[in-house]
Amino acid sequence: MNSLLEISDVEVEYRSRGRGRLRAVVGVSLDVAAGQIVGLVGESGCGKSSLARVAVGLAAPSAGTVRLAGVPVTPLGWRRRPDTEIGLQMVFQNPYASLNPRRTIGAQLLDGVPAAVTGVARRNRVHELLDRVGMPASAADRYPHQFSGGQRQRLAIARALAPQPRMIIADEPVTALDASSQAQVVNLLVGLVRDLDMGMLFISHDLALVHEIADVTAVMYLGRIVETAPTRELWRDPRHPYTRALIDAVPQIGPAPRLPATLAGEVPDPANAPTGCRFRPRCPHAFAPCGDEPPTVELGGRSAACWLTEPTMTPATAPAAH
Amino acid sequence: MAPLLDVDSLAVTLPGPRGPLPILHDVSLTVEEGELVGIAGESGCGKSLTAQTLLGLLPEGAQVTGSARFAGTDLLGLDNRGWQRVRGAGIAMVFQDPSAALHPMLTIGRQLTEHMRVHLRLDRRAATRRAVELLDQVRIPDPERALRAYPHQFSGGMRQRAAIAIALAARPRLLIADEPTTALDVTVQAGILALFDRLRAETGLAVAFITHDLGVLSALTTRGYVFYAGRVVETGPTGALLTAPTHPYTAALLGARPHGTQAVGTLRPIPGGPPAPGQAPPGCPFQPRCGYAEPSCASAPPPLSPVGVDRSVACVVRPQLEVATR
Repeated sequence: MNSLLEISDVEVEYRSRGRGRLRAVVGVSLDVAAGQIVGLVGESGCGKSSLARVAVGLAAPSAGTVRLAGVPVTPLGWRRRPDTEIGLQMVFQNPYASLNPRRTIGAQLLDGVPAAVTGVARRNRVHELLDRVGMPASAADRYPHQFSGGQRQRLAIARALAPQPRMIIADEPVTALDASSQAQVVNLLVGLVRDLDMGMLFISHDLALVHEIADVTAVMYLGRIVETAPTRELWRDPRHPYTRALIDAVPQIGPAPRLPATLAGEVPDPANAPTGCRFRPRCPHAFAPCGDEPPTVELGGRSAACWLTEPTMTPATAPAAH
Repeated sequence: MAPLLDVDSLAVTLPGPRGPLPILHDVSLTVEEGELVGIAGESGCGKSLTAQTLLGLLPEGAQVTGSARFAGTDLLGLDNRGWQRVRGAGIAMVFQDPSAALHPMLTIGRQLTEHMRVHLRLDRRAATRRAVELLDQVRIPDPERALRAYPHQFSGGMRQRAAIAIALAARPRLLIADEPTTALDVTVQAGILALFDRLRAETGLAVAFITHDLGVLSALTTRGYVFYAGRVVETGPTGALLTAPTHPYTAALLGARPHGTQAVGTLRPIPGGPPAPGQAPPGCPFQPRCGYAEPSCASAPPPLSPVGVDRSVACVVRPQLEVATR
C-alpha cells in the first residue's frame, strides 16, 4: 500500500535548564495510507502528542522527516501554508479550546474553505460541512458556547474538513466526552475516513477504543514505538510485554468482580530514561540482552522492538513471549 | 442490621437563574459496612451531587427532601459542628483530580497530619508515625521521604495515592470516591483499583465508587447503581447488572462502549443527549432516546420496582434486551 503520510526516524528533543536534554520521541517511523486508520496508543508522557505536533507541522523535529504524499511537511511559520500541506489537518482533544468563542461557527468554517470556492458556493460549502458532521445548517449562525461538548467536537471536525484534507491527525479527540457522545464522534470520524478516502492517525490512551476502529495499531512507550501490528493481531497475540501489560490493564465486564492485572513500577522520567530497552525495569521477562537497545524486528506485516522476538537471541530458559 | 449508609427518597433542588432546578429525584441507595458499591452514569446525571449531599457540600439555597442516615446519624439534620464530626472521621472523599485536591504549597506530611491532629487528637510524633503507616499502606515508596515532598514532585498515580492516604487519615468508615481513576492511565488505574480492594479487605472500609466506566464498575464493585437524569434507573449485583441489564439505558451504555471481541467500527451510539436539569420530559427521562419506548412511557416516571434477585429497575416496558457478548 502506498503511504500518504510517512513519518521517518523522527526525533523530538526538548532542552530545559535543570533537567537537561529530554528526548520525547526517539527515532519513530510510522506510515498511514489513504483510507486507513492508524491508532497510536501509549500512556501520558510517552511522546505521542509530541509526535502528533511534528506530524502535522506544528513543530519541527530535531531529526527525521515527515512527508505528505511524498512532499516534506514544513513546520508552520508566519507565511501562509502551501496548498499541498493544507491537506494535513488536526483535531484536538479539547473542542472548547480549538474553536474561537467570539466568532460564529459559520465564520470559522469559512476560514478553511479554499479561496477557489467563491460566491454563494462558499455558503453552500459551509452547509455541506455541517451536514457531513450531522449538524443543522442553523448552527452556522451560532457561537461555540451554544453547543454541548460532543456537538462542539463535531464542529471542530467540520472545521478540519473545510479545506478538504487528505489526512487527519486526531489527538485524543474523544477523551473529554461522555460515553454516548464518544461513540457518536468516533463513528463520525471512521465514516469520514471511509467515505472521503482520507488517512487518519488516531492518537489515544484508550487501547480498547483504538481496538474498535484502527486498522493498524502502534504502541508507544517512553518515546519509542515498541510494537506495530494489524489491530486484531496485536490484540489477540501481542509480541511486546508492554502491549501485553496494557491489554491486561483494561478493566473487563464479567459476571464477577475481577481486578485488572497491575504492572510493576511507574513510567520513568523521560529525562532519565533507562539505558538499553526502556521498558526493562518494569518488564516481567527482562533478561541479560535487554541491557542493549532492542532493534525493531519485522515479523511479516508487523514489527516489535523486543529481544524476545529475536529468535537467535532467545536463551533456552527464557520465558516465552506472549 | 441497618446499613452503614441508608439514603431514602432523596431529592435535591438547586437554585437556578430561572427558578429552582430539580437535580435529584427519589434517589434511594444503601452501602453496607465493608462493601464496594458502584455508582455509574454520564456527566450531569446527578452522581457527584449525591456525593456532595452526603458530605454537606451543597451550595447555598439547595432544597433537600427525603432522608440520609449514616451509622445512625441523620445527615440532613446536621449543623456545621455536626458535619465537621462526620466529614473525615465518618465519611471521607477522594476526588477525580488529585492535583486540585492537594494543596500545592504544603508538604504531603503536613496535609496528612493536620487532619489527624484535629480528628484523632494525636500529638505531632504520633501523627507522623501514623502518616508513615498510611503512606506505606497506599504503597508509596520511601514514606519518610515522601512526607517532606510537595505534590508536584509526585506522578499522577502517586498523587492520587497520597490523596487517598489523606482521606483515610481520620479512619473514616465510608470513602466516597468520585471518578478517582478517570484522569489516570490504564496501568496506573489498575494499581489504584487494587488499592481500594485491599483497603476494603484489610480495614473493612466501605467504598462508594462513582465512575462513568462500566469496565471499572465491573472489575471492582459487587453492587451497582445506574443513574440517569438524576434518578436511579437500575440497581443490582454488578455482575448481573452488566451481563444481563434490564433497563434499556444500561444496555445502551454497554453498546456504546468499546469492548474486546467485536469486529471493528461497531460502537452503537445512543441517539441524542441526556436532558438538561429541569428539561426532563414528564414521563420516563430516557424515553425520547429509547428504542423500546411505548406510549405509556410518556405519562409518569416509572418507579424503581423489584425484578429478579436483589435487583430493581425503573422501566415499565421491560423489553427483551439484546446484549453484545464481550
